[in-house]
Amino acid sequence: MKCRKCGEKAVINMRHHKLALCQKHYLEWFIGQVDKTIKRYRMFRKKDKILVAVSGGKDSLSLWDVLLRLGYKADGLYINLGIEGGNYSDISLEKVEKFVAQHPGAHLHIVDIKTLYGRSVPELARESHRGKRICALCGLVKRHEMNRVAYEGGYYAIATGHNLDDEVAVLFGNTLRWQTGYLARQAPVLPSTHPMLARKVKPFCRMYERETAAYAILQGIDYIYEECPYAVGSTSILYKNLLNELEEQSPGSKLSFYLSFLQAKENEQICFMGEEASPELHPCEKCGQPTTAPRYCAFCRVIYKLRENGI
Amino acid sequence: MVKIIYRDKEWEVKPGITVKKAIKEAGLLVEAVLPIKDGKLITEDTVLKDGDVVKLIAVISGG
Ligand code: SF4
Ligand SMILES: [Zn+2]
Ligand SMILES: [Zn+2]
Repeated sequence: MKCRKCGEKAVINMRHHKLALCQKHYLEWFIGQVDKTIKRYRMFRKKDKILVAVSGGKDSLSLWDVLLRLGYKADGLYINLGIEGGNYSDISLEKVEKFVAQHPGAHLHIVDIKTLYGRSVPELARESHRGKRICALCGLVKRHEMNRVAYEGGYYAIATGHNLDDEVAVLFGNTLRWQTGYLARQAPVLPSTHPMLARKVKPFCRMYERETAAYAILQGIDYIYEECPYAVGSTSILYKNLLNELEEQSPGSKLSFYLSFLQAKENEQICFMGEEASPELHPCEKCGQPTTAPRYCAFCRVIYKLRENGI
Repeated sequence: MVKIIYRDKEWEVKPGITVKKAIKEAGLLVEAVLPIKDGKLITEDTVLKDGDVVKLIAVISGG
């Protein structure tokens, strides 16, 4: 197969775009697509300070790389969760540090949960009596810390590496259960609803997972290939596999499912109730982040073992 | 023969088939892997030659 732009040997064929490209033109095309997405959804501007949540995986490191190449003011945030299985956290931190060494001028914040709060995420999950799966707790910790660092550092937005396949898997899951509240909120941009809750943006939301992996490989970004051990058997992987079966038979299905959903919402052809009355927020008495729970936010309840009636 | 590597598995296929065929025969999806030969990404229509070693990189991650 030949590159559509220059006729050289192609390195990737994207059936959904009917487009095959060589290395040079693929990298150019990919970066251009991401910049278009940033502008199309008015995510942020060149003057805004952006915090990129990096995990050491292909998506977040590729995203940071693209934003730096495009000249955005993008700093990284790595949250060390202390996951020991498969040396996941150690290896992922190594990958992030290697990336920083190869990108002069890249600034990285590291938040180490165990150092800051005394216990790693798996340790918190073990002692927590909330009966929640570790991933729910992990999500809670990551959200809280991302918001904290973004607020303290005066960042305009947090950018995450969610790709099209991630978004489509979530959309599929939410549609299967008609979770209208989640469907109402699913978007490339989540505006800030409070000064301490950062704006969240997903510049890769239109890029196929296969494309972000190809970008990382072609750009020579060394990323962690192994999964977090707790991701094994997750429903998102099940949905991704199902959707890829569909994509294989009918290229472009994933992209059109997602884009037509966004378009229909934008045109108000569909609108979801359920998010109507926004619940009342008040500051957590411990950390100050807004919460709907009495006195303390969910994060502080776990970390400091707080209950409504005091310690 | 052609050697195919995927995660911690390795197997052989006959030369003369395309990468796409080798992926499908293994029960994998073109959409879910990226084929690499001699350290370079290749397209699925590439015909495999005797002695080729192709690594299939899984692209799906979850969580
Ligand atoms: S898979 Fe679960 S535990 Fe692992 S990083 Fe993701 S949310 Fe955290
Ligand atoms: Zn080209
Ligand atoms: Zn709190």
